[in-house]
Amino acid sequence: MKGKQPGTPDIYGLMAEFRTPHEVVEAAHKVRAAGYSAIDGFSPYPIEELSEALGTHRSALPKIVLGGGVFGLLAGWGLEYWASVIEYPFNIGGRPFNSWPAFIVPAYETTILFAAFGAVLGMLALNGLPEPYHPVFNVPSFALATRDKFFICIEAKDPKFDRVETRRFLETLSGEVHEVDH
Amino acid sequence: MSSAPIRQDTHQTEHDRLIAPGHDFGTVTDTISQIVLQRRTPLGWVLGFCISFAVLQLLLLAIVMLLFKGIGVWGVRIPVGWGFDIINFVWWIGIGHAGTLISAILLLLRQEWRTSINRFAEAMTLFAVSCAAFYPIFHTGRPWLAIYWLFPYPNTMGLWPNFRSPLIWDVFAVSTYATCSALFWFVGLIPDLATLRDRAKSKPWKIVYGILAMGWRGSARHWHNYETAYLLLAGLATPLVVSVHTVVSFDFATGIVPGWHATIFPPYFVAGAIYAGFAMVLTLAIPLRKFYKLEDFITLKHLENMAKVMLATGLIVGYGYMMEAFMGWYSGNKYERFMVWNRMTGPYWWAYWSLILCNVVSPNLLWIKNLRTSVPFLFGISFVVSIGMWLERFVIIVTSLHRDFLPSSWGMYAGTRWDWAAFIGTLGLFFTLLFLFVRFLPAISIFEMRTILPGAAGVEESK
Repeated sequence: MKGKQPGTPDIYGLMAEFRTPHEVVEAAHKVRAAGYSAIDGFSPYPIEELSEALGTHRSALPKIVLGGGVFGLLAGWGLEYWASVIEYPFNIGGRPFNSWPAFIVPAYETTILFAAFGAVLGMLALNGLPEPYHPVFNVPSFALATRDKFFICIEAKDPKFDRVETRRFLETLSGEVHEVDH
Repeated sequence: MSSAPIRQDTHQTEHDRLIAPGHDFGTVTDTISQIVLQRRTPLGWVLGFCISFAVLQLLLLAIVMLLFKGIGVWGVRIPVGWGFDIINFVWWIGIGHAGTLISAILLLLRQEWRTSINRFAEAMTLFAVSCAAFYPIFHTGRPWLAIYWLFPYPNTMGLWPNFRSPLIWDVFAVSTYATCSALFWFVGLIPDLATLRDRAKSKPWKIVYGILAMGWRGSARHWHNYETAYLLLAGLATPLVVSVHTVVSFDFATGIVPGWHATIFPPYFVAGAIYAGFAMVLTLAIPLRKFYKLEDFITLKHLENMAKVMLATGLIVGYGYMMEAFMGWYSGNKYERFMVWNRMTGPYWWAYWSLILCNVVSPNLLWIKNLRTSVPFLFGISFVVSIGMWLERFVIIVTSLHRDFLPSSWGMYAGTRWDWAAFIGTLGLFFTLLFLFVRFLPAISIFEMRTILPGAAGVEESK
């Protein structure tokens, strides 16, 4: 723990701990209403209301998945066309080189394959994972965020952040407020 | 969780609830993660793993024998050029379908009861596909020489696969299926791996689970993208549920062999796959819940719902058999008629009628509620159905091929001891992987179980 003097902004932020999903969602609304913007909530399972209360924007993921799918379709069909028509045209049972109805199945599969990769890699990229280090883990009780506790963190970079004032404000919402070291 | 309203409407009777009363976020987390994190490995696990691992050695022996002598050690001869290899391939692939149906389609249909069975059903899918993959790879005899006609890559001969062939469609369908199932499974595991990371006592396991969890911290913004990804993956896996076995059925249906050349094949294969898959899920779920005392999470309601899915798909499969026989007669084609007659009364009559008994007659017992909710009965019938579905593939493949168009090309087929060694060996592989899975990864999705707790639903109701 470095820089313990009050008022010095060399902490990552302040974190409030909650026991139920109701409390955390309610608190999230209040934190937003108080004008804080560099905030995040943590919960052991997805709570839509919490994301909404914190002002999460629409995910860009569907577009990434669509892109992956379109790429997969073109790549799959392109491969079939190139291999069967351009690279090695070969008469098999008198069928046309570009046997597009027969080419549907592999192209369909590559569409799904690349869209699925888009969904997984896109989700990880948008979330900035893998992330080997993050300050929130410095709060000892944060290990319970993956069990049964709920948290809201106001980051020090928030323009409204004040080590003392923000702490006082968070203490009106929750009995337990922790400082988050860098 | 005292402030949360209990959802009395859906969780009333013992037969009707998805999770036993008295659980909260903490107990759900601890009960499931305890199975993985306990120091002492249960004796039963060690015993089961050792047996499975020993049986797995049979597969290695069968592979060595095959590579050493060639596929002559198998029973395939003209006219029956496809035997145990494709029978077992279709059987294993079919089993996998229940996992995908549970994880994808039931998620989109908002069937909450999928939540405690989806994780190990998905694991079952992955392991079943691994077992299935053995057959197409090794039926080529010398797999390292056969890859160029399966996968498109620039090879020294400058040749490319024939993309018009259903066998190539199969390569694409099955490999996409395996990859997407693995992705779906892993994405579902990320939050639970984070739970294990935070709850593991020993440093090495903290590091292992920590690396796998990739720094997941349950951030609301992350959950938002995560939920979107999970839903989209479910949407992408849904067409795979119906397309993979459809493509597998094309391997047969596009051929002109009587008994294979039928338009009913795709839907009837898909129904059969789900039927066999649910039987396998029951085979696994019943000992799992008993051994690890998970009756609170895998309740009678789950077992009964699975029995209902089995009954429904079993009836579809029965309809498929009926239509096959009807079309054989109605086609007016003498080869088709002979094929049906030969199936029922020819040298393999026992296989056909055993299959009817296992797949069409016995599932009708599930109409009776007392049987449908009897755990020993369900365990028994899941075996009957698994055997029946194996026989179905045997009948489709062997009885269609063994009587060729010309009586001079008639023959008989039986699996050799190496066929059986390979089949039993893949069962060893399957159960070895499953034992490892339940020991090192949470067999029930912890974070999804939290979402169906009464306290979790309270958020929506309080707003």
